[in-house]
Amino acid sequence: MTTLDLTPAPGAAPIARMLAAQTVVELRLLLRRGESFLLLAVIPLLLLVAFSQTSVVDVDEGRRIDFLVPGIIALSVMSTAFTGQAISTGFERQYGVLKRLGATALPRSVLLLAKTLAVFAIEMVQIGLVVAVGFALDWHPHGNPLPVLVLLLLGTVAFSGLGLLIAGTLRAEATLAGANLVYVLLLGIGGVVFPLSKFPDGVRRMSEQLPITALSDGLRAVFRDGGTVSAHDWLVLAGWAVAALTAAAATFRWE
Amino acid sequence: MSEPALIVDGLVKRYGATVAVDGLSLTALGGAVTALLGPNGAGKTTTVEICEGYRRPDSGAVRVLGHDPSDHRLRPRVGVMLQSGGVYPGARAGEMLRLVASYAAHPLDVDDLLDVVGLQSVARTTFRRLSGGEKQRLSLAMAIVGRPELVFLDEPTAGLDPQARRSAWSLVEDLRAAGVAVLLTTHYLEEAEHLADHVVIIDHGHVVASGTPSELTAKSTGGLQFRAIPGVDVNDLATTVHAPVIEVSPGFYVVQAPPDPQLLAAVTAWCAKHGILAEDLHVVRRSLEDVFLELTGDSA
Repeated sequence: MTTLDLTPAPGAAPIARMLAAQTVVELRLLLRRGESFLLLAVIPLLLLVAFSQTSVVDVDEGRRIDFLVPGIIALSVMSTAFTGQAISTGFERQYGVLKRLGATALPRSVLLLAKTLAVFAIEMVQIGLVVAVGFALDWHPHGNPLPVLVLLLLGTVAFSGLGLLIAGTLRAEATLAGANLVYVLLLGIGGVVFPLSKFPDGVRRMSEQLPITALSDGLRAVFRDGGTVSAHDWLVLAGWAVAALTAAAATFRWE
Repeated sequence: MSEPALIVDGLVKRYGATVAVDGLSLTALGGAVTALLGPNGAGKTTTVEICEGYRRPDSGAVRVLGHDPSDHRLRPRVGVMLQSGGVYPGARAGEMLRLVASYAAHPLDVDDLLDVVGLQSVARTTFRRLSGGEKQRLSLAMAIVGRPELVFLDEPTAGLDPQARRSAWSLVEDLRAAGVAVLLTTHYLEEAEHLADHVVIIDHGHVVASGTPSELTAKSTGGLQFRAIPGVDVNDLATTVHAPVIEVSPGFYVVQAPPDPQLLAAVTAWCAKHGILAEDLHVVRRSLEDVFLELTGDSA
């Protein structure tokens, strides 16, 4: 018979240990949901291969693969930071996980940081796959990797904020439906695989204000054109990041 | 014990027009089990969730280990078991317990704890595949793994089979022996009677009775019963012992008064005087269940 020493010995673990443990578990849980990871990682890759090998889409300038890879990278960021995170967080809220963790020594900021780190780690894997397939399809990137990193960070923050905004306010089922709908919609009109120049003026002007458009356009400006990211793209992305995080923080309900 | 681990004073919580908790007061001491006993909807969970810092009271005062319940410094010192949920559906039992243990500076050994709560064999099973009882036991283990000073257990044995319930009870007894303050809610009278040092019976959001289980049952009337020849003069006996006496069935008598040594002596003396052999004479003590049903008017 095992005996336990139940004498009270309370105390919180060091923050770094909590963060490490939480990040590892968040990451394992993300990877274990094979079906969603498959969906989130495989769909972008299929789109990349399909659209680069066929002439369904007429890109205005340059080679098709150079247009597509930046868009697909942006899509990968959106799929993990927004769709994946919204759905998992929505269900965690419904199952009382967030409520239960609120009663532990784990600070909420550490929980959110761990989720963000897990999202980054997944994104790195996704982007690695996209880049590898891109190279196999003769992709030639240009430009400075530093703004690319900042773009990815800002994009992740903006999409995470949006994901948490809907996960923290809607029911889990509504979040599931909404997150998928927004994903498909933004994939269609966000300049990911279809150039904005193909859309009517009204749609294009609206699309230009979307975070997915700013992210794919910004990545394209560096990778394809070897140029700099436009002030408009920076502003749109930063604006969404600030607005989404603020709104999520103000409205998020843990139960 | 100097200061109570938990002090609730005049707690009021309303949800719209409904008053869920209506001026409730209680204390819980270290090294003791306090049971909040009441029917469903009595306000047990609301009370506990206010103590856990999940909800704010509308009025009244709550002090948890000397702090406001919302104080984050309390978190490592207080263990919480929710009524349901609280675990990632895709997390394995052992993985989840290890995660919660990693938040604590001096946690219990996770494998030992899994053994004690009988989850070692399902340690690699995901939460959504655990049985109801296994989920409960995991939730209990999560509440105590950080070695807290005060533990809130909301319906800790709901849905457990009798054997698992016994083992959960013995874990609660070990917590008490180790000096932990335990506040549990239950609608199982047997559980309150068996486990609690102090029982607080609540109904419609306020305390209807409180005390040790024996105080609560002693306060209420019990009686004496015995067998003898049929047709004993119950009126004379009643006059002599100053208590109502009824012949429930031929030869079976009940004296309706709190059973004490004087009553017992008076009844046997009267029988001796009349040459009646009182057989099978014994004290009828009321169970906590009778008290509970009487106080809460529950017709269960």
